[in-house]
Amino acid sequence: MITMGATDSIRHDALLALTREHLTFTLPGSGETRIDRRYHHWRWHMGEDNVAWLLLDREDVSTNTLSLAVMAEFDRVLTEIEQAAPRALVLRSAKANGFAAGADISDFTSMVVAAEVRAVVSEGVRHLDRLAALPFPTIAVIHGFCLGGGLELALACRIRIARDDARLGFPEVMLGLHPGLGGTWRSLGLASDPVEAMTLMLTGRTIEARQAKRLNLVDVVVPERHVAGAVQWAIDSKLNLTRKQPLKARAMLSAPVRAFIAAKMVSATEEKAPRQHYPAPYALIDLWREHGGNAATLRSAETESFARMITGETAQNLIRVYFLRERLKAFGKGTSHDIRHVHVIGAGVMGGDIAAWLAKQGLHVTLQDRDVSLIGPAIQRAAKLFAGRRGNRDIRPQLDRLVPDPKGYGLAKADLVIEAVPEQLDLKRQVLADAEARMRTDAILATNTSSLRLESLHSGLRRPGQFLGLHFFNPVARMPLVEVVTHELLEQPVQARVLSLVEAIDKLPLPVKSAPGFLVNRILTPYMLEALLAHDEGVRPEVIDAVAVNFGMPMGPIELADTVGLDVALNVVRSMKGIAGASLPDLPDWFVSLVNDGKLGRKTGQGLYPWKDGKPVKAKVEFKPDPLLEDRLMLPLVNTTMWCVRRGIVIDEDAADAGVIFGTGFAPFRGGPLHYARKRGVNAIVERLQLLADQYGSRFAPDAGWQNLKP
Amino acid sequence: MHGTRIVSTGPAVYLVDGARTPFLKARTGPGPFTPVDLAVGAGRNLLERQPFPPDAFDEVILGCVNVHPDEVNPGRVAALRLGCGVEVPGWTVQRNCASGMQSIDTAFRYIAAGRADLILAGGAEALSHAPLHYSEDAVRWFGGLNAARGPMAKFRQLARFSPSLFKPSIGILRGLTDPVAKLNMGQTAERLAHQFNISREQADLYALESHKRLAQAQATNLLDDEVIPLIAPDGRVFPQDDGVRPDNTIEQLTALKPVFEKPFGKVTAGNSSQITDGASWTIVASEKAVRQYGLKPLARIVDCTWAALDPSVMGLGPVLSATSLLKAYGLRREDIGVWELNEAFAAQVLACLAAWEDAEFCRTILGLDEPFGAIDQARLNVDGGAISLGHPVGASGNRITLHLAHVMRRFDARFGVATECIGGGMGGAMLLEMVE
Repeated sequence: MITMGATDSIRHDALLALTREHLTFTLPGSGETRIDRRYHHWRWHMGEDNVAWLLLDREDVSTNTLSLAVMAEFDRVLTEIEQAAPRALVLRSAKANGFAAGADISDFTSMVVAAEVRAVVSEGVRHLDRLAALPFPTIAVIHGFCLGGGLELALACRIRIARDDARLGFPEVMLGLHPGLGGTWRSLGLASDPVEAMTLMLTGRTIEARQAKRLNLVDVVVPERHVAGAVQWAIDSKLNLTRKQPLKARAMLSAPVRAFIAAKMVSATEEKAPRQHYPAPYALIDLWREHGGNAATLRSAETESFARMITGETAQNLIRVYFLRERLKAFGKGTSHDIRHVHVIGAGVMGGDIAAWLAKQGLHVTLQDRDVSLIGPAIQRAAKLFAGRRGNRDIRPQLDRLVPDPKGYGLAKADLVIEAVPEQLDLKRQVLADAEARMRTDAILATNTSSLRLESLHSGLRRPGQFLGLHFFNPVARMPLVEVVTHELLEQPVQARVLSLVEAIDKLPLPVKSAPGFLVNRILTPYMLEALLAHDEGVRPEVIDAVAVNFGMPMGPIELADTVGLDVALNVVRSMKGIAGASLPDLPDWFVSLVNDGKLGRKTGQGLYPWKDGKPVKAKVEFKPDPLLEDRLMLPLVNTTMWCVRRGIVIDEDAADAGVIFGTGFAPFRGGPLHYARKRGVNAIVERLQLLADQYGSRFAPDAGWQNLKP
Repeated sequence: MHGTRIVSTGPAVYLVDGARTPFLKARTGPGPFTPVDLAVGAGRNLLERQPFPPDAFDEVILGCVNVHPDEVNPGRVAALRLGCGVEVPGWTVQRNCASGMQSIDTAFRYIAAGRADLILAGGAEALSHAPLHYSEDAVRWFGGLNAARGPMAKFRQLARFSPSLFKPSIGILRGLTDPVAKLNMGQTAERLAHQFNISREQADLYALESHKRLAQAQATNLLDDEVIPLIAPDGRVFPQDDGVRPDNTIEQLTALKPVFEKPFGKVTAGNSSQITDGASWTIVASEKAVRQYGLKPLARIVDCTWAALDPSVMGLGPVLSATSLLKAYGLRREDIGVWELNEAFAAQVLACLAAWEDAEFCRTILGLDEPFGAIDQARLNVDGGAISLGHPVGASGNRITLHLAHVMRRFDARFGVATECIGGGMGGAMLLEMVE
């Protein structure tokens, strides 16, 4: 067996390079390069064949985005290219990871005055119009991601060639916006099905190259090795550009039909994003209903609507949430985690799904449980996860990486071991001690506990410096947050590696200090408790939940308690009762009886609500806004978040806001509980808390941290 | 007699470890696993418990008879899916029922010749996936339809349709029929039953014992080190061999009708091996690899030999091959502590035992002065065999060799022989020696 020496690793890299197709930047036979210009973010060249290649390569970043500077430079470059009078222009990205991910979102935070926004956006539209008006064929070559402004740039070209790995989309709606650089009227004008184009913009989802071709957004799909051939055909007018809109699409342009479909879109959107909190999708639907038949008025209406959206509070808050997400991801940057093999102990709902997620992300995972029969359901759920919504059949590579391991052979080899057995102290201590004895001395040991103190868990371990909490949320596939729980003995490099791994597996890491409930359960507990107390006083659970949902929570606290499981909720409350200073009230007796009677919520078909087919059976209630009830229900959550920041459970306010948003779904359009408090006014919050304390009890006493809040 | 010449062994070659899937009886329709799925299912955990990484192998050799069309050269596909890496060659061998023993033999010879140090040698078969074949006429009809241009030509071709074109022939039945002798495997067993006076009763009693032994082995966890449970993508768990009938009675076996030659035959579905899916792997290593990785071998592979005879009596293959193997090493029957003789059919196993006790047979065919002697049935197929376990054709030779090594340890036997008959008229035999 040959061992790897220096020349062997060169050979290895060279073999690997063979498998990657290099990017095409010229046509064969293009002759000598006559022009070759470089700028900060663009470069372009032209050979004797007079075909100009314009490459987007934004400096100092790994991903292309269209910042204001990039667009300004684009304008200058276009002038030069026009002067050179090529017979065709090919536009592509020089970066391997994709075409362009959209506009530069940091430009958005300064866009707070509508008139300024209109001016800036109009200028951008003019640049793209110039591109569209060039007197020679313009051909965009798209590989990787092509999103938002990047897609708008591509749509301004006459022809689009997509590589088979291209993914196109309009994610603006996720930021409370919609396309603003002509994306609406260009995509609607091209699309074989305007409703599909609208759906793309309303959902923010990406589509693959073949789908984009069916939609007419791209003209041909090829692998990299045939890009040159396709470009040549585009220039020679050999491409089959059947862009006639089918009868159905033309019919859709009539105003009454649009109005009818728009009404359907509105009701579909209401279910996911209520209008009062998320104006952007409705603004987009309005644009289409009013101007869908008239490209000229749609143009100006788009700019107007975009300016209105971006200067509104929802968009600014969602942009803040975008940066909060980046902040969490940044916790994981800067270290390479070097973790290839993870061993998971416990194949239950959490352990099995964590293992499946890791395998989906490309790691080698060994999954252990007491008996192989307990691992079967985990594999079944994993297969469903791998197949995805579209029922992808080719899931073998992922299934191969998820190895059922009842004997625990993987323990001795894993880089990271995650314990996910039931929430019992003695059991966990036993499992952790056994694992530590068998695993590599340089491997990391983690626990998925949600309520046990790390100190109680690691007191028997020999290498507590390599032990930490790795708290995933249920369901693992949908919840992006992972609390990375630290303690005093934890070694810093271990923490850094684990944060890096969490980011690498497409989750958002949040470092939290070991304390009961960490961050998320800690703030959810008073939220759920207060709801139970209100219910105890006679407020209907449907009303309680409606008030919370109206505030912007994805689910009301009563339904949440039933979903989490009343036994789990009871456990969490009990384990938190002992905290000094957390004046949690007692649980009502009837609640404890419910648990004792086995009425645990969704999983038993009955809890605080009756449950049928996985959904709660709720009576219809007439919803009336009730600010005092809303504050009574929501301010405990806000107040406790402040407590967590003051006690250093999380490092600062932004981290707390990020954790609460991504761990509970807390109204993202409000920018987080502490941001909401600031916007409303800290004094107003404190006053209100005091009022509630006078009325309901000292549990509402405003946290000392409010006074220290820097303006 | 002819056959491979015995090569005196040079440097030691070891059987280090091995594992197999549960053997799953083919029931209605294709099972959830292809041959490579089975190979990966057993191989993953086997490799997980080794102190070296999967890319340490010099090559991967897999026996397989019914190759699945999506997995051509299953040895290579399995090697890639097991994480051996793109630079470890993988290939496939086929010697019918002994394909899984052939892979070990080839690995043994490569290592003995100094060409390799560590080889993963296995066998896999998914008989439940064996295809239904269209007749040649039907295939030609499809071809004609495909080539037809224009509606008139297509219509004319469609008019030639006849339902009789589409009676499929079952792949397994064809595979189990010898093309030269024109007998299926079961019929060769009937021949031997006649030749060596094996009765229906004897065959049924032998079959009953096979089930009893396997059930006992399962109940006492004797197979835990070898068998890796499988889980299908739909969550179904297969923890152990599922063809065994622990509560089988002699009455139930007696009630069965002969399956190959009605109504007088002695071979039934109950005293034949089962149609089964399964895979097995062994890790074969040189002295150097054993030292380098600190491995603890199960046994030393002394040698392997192949013999050939008329296909119509292929069931006697073990007698010829095992005898010549022992002769070459100056070993007698008494020197062999435990035996694995693949149970293709009860009558066939009993015929082999009878042949070894027959003075004339031993003198004229085996070249022995005295009869070979009676093998102690308490030391033969001690934990059952293909009658209760099943016979996934490409895997069996691998399984019996691996299992032999474990049984040798249990019985403290210095030498052990694994041997099997081969459809087409051959026999293979593997000689193992215990190591400390």
